[in-house]
Amino acid sequence: MATEQETRPGLWGWINKRLPAEEFLRSQLLDYYAPKNFNIWYFFGSLALLVLVIQLLSGIFLTMFYKVGETTAFDSVEYIMREVDYGWLIRYIHSTGASAFFVVVYLHMYRGMMYGSYKAPRELLWLFGMFIYLALMAEAFMGYVLPWGNMSYWGAQVIVNIFGTIPVVGGVLVEWIRGDYAIADATLSRFFALHVAAVPLALILLIVLHLVALRQVGSNNPDGIEIKEHKGADGKPIDGIPFHPYYTVKDIVGVGVFLLAFCVVVFFVPTFNGLFLEAANFEPASAISTPDDITPSWYFTPYYAILRSIPNPRLGALAMLLAILMLFFLPWLDRSPVKSIRYRGGLFRFFFAIFTVSFCGLMYLGLQKAEEPYVTLARICIVGYFSFFLTLPFYSGREKTTRVPQRVTFHE
Amino acid sequence: MTDAGATTAVAETDLNRRKFLTVALSATAGVGAVFTAIPFLASWAPSERVRAAGAPAKFDLSKLLPGQMTTIIWRKQPVYIVNRPQELTEKLAGHEAQLKDPQSAESDQPAYAKNEARSLRDDLLVLVGTCTHLGCLPKQRFEPGDASLGADWPGGFYCPCHGSRFDLAGRVYNGSPASLNLRVPPYRVDGTLLTVGEDAATTGAA
Repeated sequence: MATEQETRPGLWGWINKRLPAEEFLRSQLLDYYAPKNFNIWYFFGSLALLVLVIQLLSGIFLTMFYKVGETTAFDSVEYIMREVDYGWLIRYIHSTGASAFFVVVYLHMYRGMMYGSYKAPRELLWLFGMFIYLALMAEAFMGYVLPWGNMSYWGAQVIVNIFGTIPVVGGVLVEWIRGDYAIADATLSRFFALHVAAVPLALILLIVLHLVALRQVGSNNPDGIEIKEHKGADGKPIDGIPFHPYYTVKDIVGVGVFLLAFCVVVFFVPTFNGLFLEAANFEPASAISTPDDITPSWYFTPYYAILRSIPNPRLGALAMLLAILMLFFLPWLDRSPVKSIRYRGGLFRFFFAIFTVSFCGLMYLGLQKAEEPYVTLARICIVGYFSFFLTLPFYSGREKTTRVPQRVTFHE
Repeated sequence: MTDAGATTAVAETDLNRRKFLTVALSATAGVGAVFTAIPFLASWAPSERVRAAGAPAKFDLSKLLPGQMTTIIWRKQPVYIVNRPQELTEKLAGHEAQLKDPQSAESDQPAYAKNEARSLRDDLLVLVGTCTHLGCLPKQRFEPGDASLGADWPGGFYCPCHGSRFDLAGRVYNGSPASLNLRVPPYRVDGTLLTVGEDAATTGAA
């Protein structure tokens, strides 16, 4: 408040008279107190931000050499891979980054579910996160279409056709999305504009809102207790530590470990045995030849497994939509006042384990061919997945929880 | 676990160790940043395809009669090739006072073209046909005593955009908006084959 009186020397002083730079840095880094019991699950938020920067940088450079258009796209990607200096590296960074984004985001979301970070007063934080997840899925889907390989084409064909299952408007909607009677040049061009400009802007806006919402309520922690309830004489939470230097340094370590793993993949296994870059996409798109197995990228396969396990296309699409929507409603489905799984009852732990196994199961099964025993197993996993959400409202209000501590504990 | 231990440590921080760690980390991160920047910056260099298209261009000199000029493309630029007859080459001497850079000290040409004829051979002139003012293509005015350029015009080039004048060695006249002589690209002659983009001394990268 008395910052007008402070005179800082030199250039920094000149800037601060005109922009609250130091004030901002101080309030966000030095005066922001985070719980001191963050564990390994708390790396993934900052890592997600890092991957965003990696994708923006590598993506912008790819846009300098990529040529959108059904006759030029595929060749331009080969041009990048073979003829642009270090083009192969920029391309592999971007494709690996896409998968890395989902690894990080899924682990980030899982932490939220484990520790009840979606509960009051963090419901809006969770919702912004869910919108980020949706935007990310749209971005990844459209990005995959851009190389115009055979899997790009047929994957787009399948996903866009799902919108056709919507009653009444389905047919018109699909044609409107495509801009043509099949996936074509018109579709590619609009996906390019959305992928390069529109969705990244929306993502950045949503991420800013997500961070502002976090700053407003403060982070949750593995014990699920509110550190702001116990403040010291200086007005700071006694279970909190300033974000800088503790968590800036901790996050730098996380960044180092992440980049090591990232670079191993980029330089040694960029295709990741067909998981990150599918073999079928190394052939140009062909309207008259479908790949043997049309599977989406691994990060979509849980929902894909749900979609194709239900024989009715309309119901399958609905089930897939509901599976994602369930997550939006989580703060209100869960009635327990206890946040962290550490102190919750046996029923929650049981169903949460079922959810985990089911989601991972669906992810694996979605990568397999649509035949037995995978189809039946997928149906079992669907039941397991939904059971977590649908039983929550019934038992969570009165489950037998253990005593939540007043102060944070340290486990390892 | 008591939290009393958290506050006492503050007084004992080893600031030297902290400074060392900060500097070491920053230096390592800086090295990492440089290495990361390299592929992105390098990607802007002309790609393989562009380098292939920029390979030396060839021309058969036997096709050019004395006094004739032709234009070929090398690295997307126009290159003038002139078969310079004896009587026009003789006119290169004698008007050094009217030139801005008669010795080609400031201008761009290979070592073997830093002479009066600005060429490997007197009867051959190879120039990049880009005016050194703002880049238009100078027009050929090889006739001595040309009507619009004056009775003592020895033959050369006239740029229509802003009026720069060059002699038949590409040297710029005083009073021209351009300040440098026309560029001479690297080239070599083998028999009647002219190769622009390559010196005889170093084959390849020009």
